[in-house]
Amino acid sequence: MSRPFDWRHTPGFGTLTAAILVFLYAPLVILVVYAFNASRMVTIWQGFSTHWFAAIARNSDIRGAAENSLIIAIVATIAATLIALAGALALERGNLTFGRGLVTGMVAMPLVVPEIVVAITTLVFFSALGMHHGLLNLMIAHTVFCIPFALLPIQARLKDMGGTLEEAGRDLYASEWKLFRRVTLPLLAPAIGAGAIMAFVISLDDFLISMMVSSAGSTTLPVYVYGMMRLGVTPEVNAISTILLAISVVFVASALLLGRKRRAA
Amino acid sequence: MIELTGVSKSFTTKDVGTVAALKGVSLRIDGNEFFTLLGPSGCGKTTLLRLIGGFEMPSTGAIRIDDLDVAALPPQKRPVNTVFQSYALFPHMTVAGNVAFGLEMCGWKKADIDARVKEALALVRLDGFATRKPTQLSGGQQQRVALARALAPKPKVLLLDEPLSALDLKLRKEMQGELKRLQRETGITFVLVTHDQEEALAMSDRIAVMRDGLVLQVGTPKAIYDNPNSRFVADFIGEANLVPGNVLGRDHGMTVAVRPERVTLGRLNGHGARAKGEVAGVTFLGLDTLYEILLDGARVRARVRDAGEPFQAGDTVAVDWPDTAERELLH
Amino acid sequence: MLAPAVLVIGVFMLIPMFIALAYSFMTADPYGGVQAPFTFDAYIQFLYQRDFDDSLIFASDYILIIARSIYLAVSTTVICLALGLPVAWYIVCQSEERRRVLLFLITLPFWINTLIRTYCWILILRDEGLANKLLCALGIIADPLPLLYNDGSILLGLVYTFLPFMVLPIYSTLERIDSRLIEAAYDLYASRVAVFRRVIWPLAKPGALAGATLVFAPALGSFLAPDLLGGGKKLLIGSLIQMQFTSSRNWPFGAALSIAITAVILLVIILRSWTAPKREAQA
Repeated sequence: MSRPFDWRHTPGFGTLTAAILVFLYAPLVILVVYAFNASRMVTIWQGFSTHWFAAIARNSDIRGAAENSLIIAIVATIAATLIALAGALALERGNLTFGRGLVTGMVAMPLVVPEIVVAITTLVFFSALGMHHGLLNLMIAHTVFCIPFALLPIQARLKDMGGTLEEAGRDLYASEWKLFRRVTLPLLAPAIGAGAIMAFVISLDDFLISMMVSSAGSTTLPVYVYGMMRLGVTPEVNAISTILLAISVVFVASALLLGRKRRAA
Repeated sequence: MIELTGVSKSFTTKDVGTVAALKGVSLRIDGNEFFTLLGPSGCGKTTLLRLIGGFEMPSTGAIRIDDLDVAALPPQKRPVNTVFQSYALFPHMTVAGNVAFGLEMCGWKKADIDARVKEALALVRLDGFATRKPTQLSGGQQQRVALARALAPKPKVLLLDEPLSALDLKLRKEMQGELKRLQRETGITFVLVTHDQEEALAMSDRIAVMRDGLVLQVGTPKAIYDNPNSRFVADFIGEANLVPGNVLGRDHGMTVAVRPERVTLGRLNGHGARAKGEVAGVTFLGLDTLYEILLDGARVRARVRDAGEPFQAGDTVAVDWPDTAERELLH
Repeated sequence: MLAPAVLVIGVFMLIPMFIALAYSFMTADPYGGVQAPFTFDAYIQFLYQRDFDDSLIFASDYILIIARSIYLAVSTTVICLALGLPVAWYIVCQSEERRRVLLFLITLPFWINTLIRTYCWILILRDEGLANKLLCALGIIADPLPLLYNDGSILLGLVYTFLPFMVLPIYSTLERIDSRLIEAAYDLYASRVAVFRRVIWPLAKPGALAGATLVFAPALGSFLAPDLLGGGKKLLIGSLIQMQFTSSRNWPFGAALSIAITAVILLVIILRSWTAPKREAQA
């Protein structure tokens, strides 16, 4: 054996991990490559081109769906983040003795219950109430399942922070509101940002719930793209998929990085 | 200045049920006094401090500060400031920002705030650190910022929760002197919590020794050292020999406490010594020599300075001490 | 403070579930939705079909679908576990810096749009897709293989979707293991396999179980992978439910299926949380 025994080094695991990383990212890379393929025959490479992206941009249906997605995402993000902030503060700073388990369970529901069940129960709910307001229904539905995603980073940061800084603030004569504004909020800001970004991306990317709940005039972008996919593999599909991919990556990466800022106390 | 009457505090948690952290404490702390709450961990000293600060409410009893009944007041409304054990400096503000915080919350004008911040930083000898961030400071510096921040609003009382425990030995000694100086200069009542009896003896005007939620004895360092009122206090403060009464031919239930440095050892020569024993151990400590003597039914330690004629293990010696050096304790 | 969160989720998640429960006991309205008469029809439909003379014939179709879904979900979980464990271990054994980078890289794909991630495999696996083209070009095969639209491709899609989510919980548990325990084991002449079996695995089990639950539940109800990669012909629970609310217009049956699948998952979670404290007490 050329190297001394290091139990941290398990032969083969490094290669396996590398292989899995390749496995995870290669398909995405392939998609992007094909999106820039000049040829209409998706599998024959004919040079680099962006004209499929241009075609996408000209497509008014796609633009409409994209607008819907954006509006819904913005509304859902704001609503979900505010609700999540209130909820996280109550969980970590409030005096909850009994409700804790129940509340934590409830907040976790959208994560635990399978998406299809969430989708149809939401559909059933709106139908039973006779609510057929396309965009509004979607905004409500999105807000609900975005709450846990916004809540998690905020709650984690509050836990990390501990209550002593706030005690110090009170000791120094700060009222509860001033304390929140000058001490809690600034320190919480990155986590709130991360939560909001997560909520935004989750809403933008949502497919199943949007498909079940949306009606004729209120298609979201993923639902529209799904429709395109069912018709077949085309360069336009590749192009719009790449755009969605890029948006996903940028936002998720920034949320993950923001949520990591642990260097300040 | 601070009056606690019959204060008790119980906590109820899901796992352990109800725990009584304080069981009826009454204390008077004077103005311009350096007062220390001393005791082992779990004795309730920190709880008592937090009750004065307003971070907890007492289960029973009254707390008055400067003749104001404060028991129901939150920390914001008490003329008391705290130096936390972890310093609790606001990481997103500069040193100056931290020190200014309490003043801003009280609505001081900007010019006054700036002036007072400078004063406070000068008081703790941190001039020039105003624009630094807490993460750029050493432990000792952070602590001084915490002090400046708590002193800036000119409170009537300053609470210190084990402020020196995180510092290394040399720094700790230095800061003990600093804290004493600060108290003298500002004239503010300091209430300090510690488990280190040396620290308490060095800094305090008066000490309250606590155990299991009760105050056992209150007095000046010298008074407590010379006149402990119980075995626990005698043993906790400094070193003490605790000899059961019957070994010295006295009452069965009583204990005689005597400090090792007051014990004298001599050769057996028939003159009435209190007791005789065999030397079990000799430890040379430089200035002192520590002898461990086995009496009939007890061990006694003797600390002899500049031991002229050192004894050796196995020697039989006469053990004695002056009458004034001993205390008879019943519990 | 808590009110908004509890209210919103209570109203928009709990109540709908109860409505769905109610719906599952009603009759299907041919135009979508439900109508009055309360009946057990939806639940009977799991096992039986009505013949022309209204008698019940045992039909195994739906049972088969449910069975296949469970089988695929379990397979996904097992494969993810088998791959996730070594990856988590590898990451734990790296330096602090590399750990952060690796974790980030592993976690990122999970949060990316599932629709897109699933679509990529269509691009690769279809007859004119990359995989077949490569195999032909390398001369290994002459005609394209039907790589898509079967259980295998669905499984591949599911594993691809959920693997990152298995790594994280296992990693968290492994990270907490005191390295001195492992050193002690080696010091006492254990082999690598023994150290794994006797020291690492018992301590990693809670994390593995957490990951398994996190993968099994969504995999069971998954829609996209079966739909896109299974060609919509091979049905799983997810697509079956979806069908009831679109082409089949059998809302009660769809509701019944949803209640059933939720019940199964809740059962799994409850079982896990019952056994978990016992294990922790033993540790």
